[in-house]
Amino acid sequence: MRLWHSPAARTGASVAIATGLYGVSFGALGIASGLDFWQTQVLSLLLFSGGSQFAFIGVLAGGGAGGAALGSAALLGIRNAVYGMQLNSLLQPKGWLRPLAAHVTIDESMATATAQSDPAEQKRGFWVAGVGIFLLWNVFTALGSLLGNALGDPKAWGLDGAAVAAFLGLLWPRLKAREPVAIAVACAVVTIVAVPFVPPGVPVLIAAVVAAVWGAIGSGAADEGLEPDVEPHEWHERSEEDRLP
Amino acid sequence: MITWIYVIAAGVVSYLTKFVGYLVPAKLLKSKRMTRIAGTLTIGLLASLTVLNTVSNGQQLVLDSRIGSLVAAFIALLLRAPFLVVVVVGALAAALLRLAGLP
Repeated sequence: MRLWHSPAARTGASVAIATGLYGVSFGALGIASGLDFWQTQVLSLLLFSGGSQFAFIGVLAGGGAGGAALGSAALLGIRNAVYGMQLNSLLQPKGWLRPLAAHVTIDESMATATAQSDPAEQKRGFWVAGVGIFLLWNVFTALGSLLGNALGDPKAWGLDGAAVAAFLGLLWPRLKAREPVAIAVACAVVTIVAVPFVPPGVPVLIAAVVAAVWGAIGSGAADEGLEPDVEPHEWHERSEEDRLP
Repeated sequence: MITWIYVIAAGVVSYLTKFVGYLVPAKLLKSKRMTRIAGTLTIGLLASLTVLNTVSNGQQLVLDSRIGSLVAAFIALLLRAPFLVVVVVGALAAALLRLAGLP
């Protein structure tokens, strides 16, 4: 089967383009947060997990210390370990493919793989989405960084407002039921209350503790919050429609 | 220099987190609770980062043009705008409000 005749590969490519494009906002915001071009780029190359990358620069932009930035990025990345475990039993990558698969294990590659039912299609979907996003995300991060450098004063261009919108945009697809909305509101309130009393960056970690305790004690759905930013099912349906004469 | 250390450390920690998932036996991590906490953590952290970037300035709470960005992004998301459009709308709102003289 040719790769481009595979529905999973085409879904993966659509998701890769949609996700990769917004690397441009990460690049610009990385520069606005005070990182230089290469620091921003290394986050996209090495850290490579959208939510964690935005968390890292979001804490720095708020005046937080590097340690708090590292801590919130690390906590946001925990869900990738859960994905890794599921993908390992689903795709069973062998040899050198395994460490490579780990690197491109993110919300979107996981969602594209699990949206398929045929094992061969799951593999195609995972690799096309994962590698595709990695390449595009890094290219667009570089473009965004150059743009950020060219813009000058980030506030005059509203880049701090763009960060607010980016975080709300990342949160949005995860607010599909009453419980996640309640968690979000509780953590938002805890953050506001904590800001005047603790060093910058720490309120995010306090909110993380609240969210984790909520998850451990509460008894809601097990997959709450594990939605991708770009829904592969929707893309799949759209690409099906595109094929109609 | 110290920033570089944190950037690289964050990258290494992120990679190891992903790789651990591929190494441990599925049943060890495949508890409903572990999956659930990973999910609620994600929601809580993103909500916290949203408000932090809206109203904080170091240890101070401030109300400025960024509130406009939050409202504009919210409306854009209600209208099902794609992510990149939402981000641009957020930037435009803050930039225009500042142009109008708000802090």
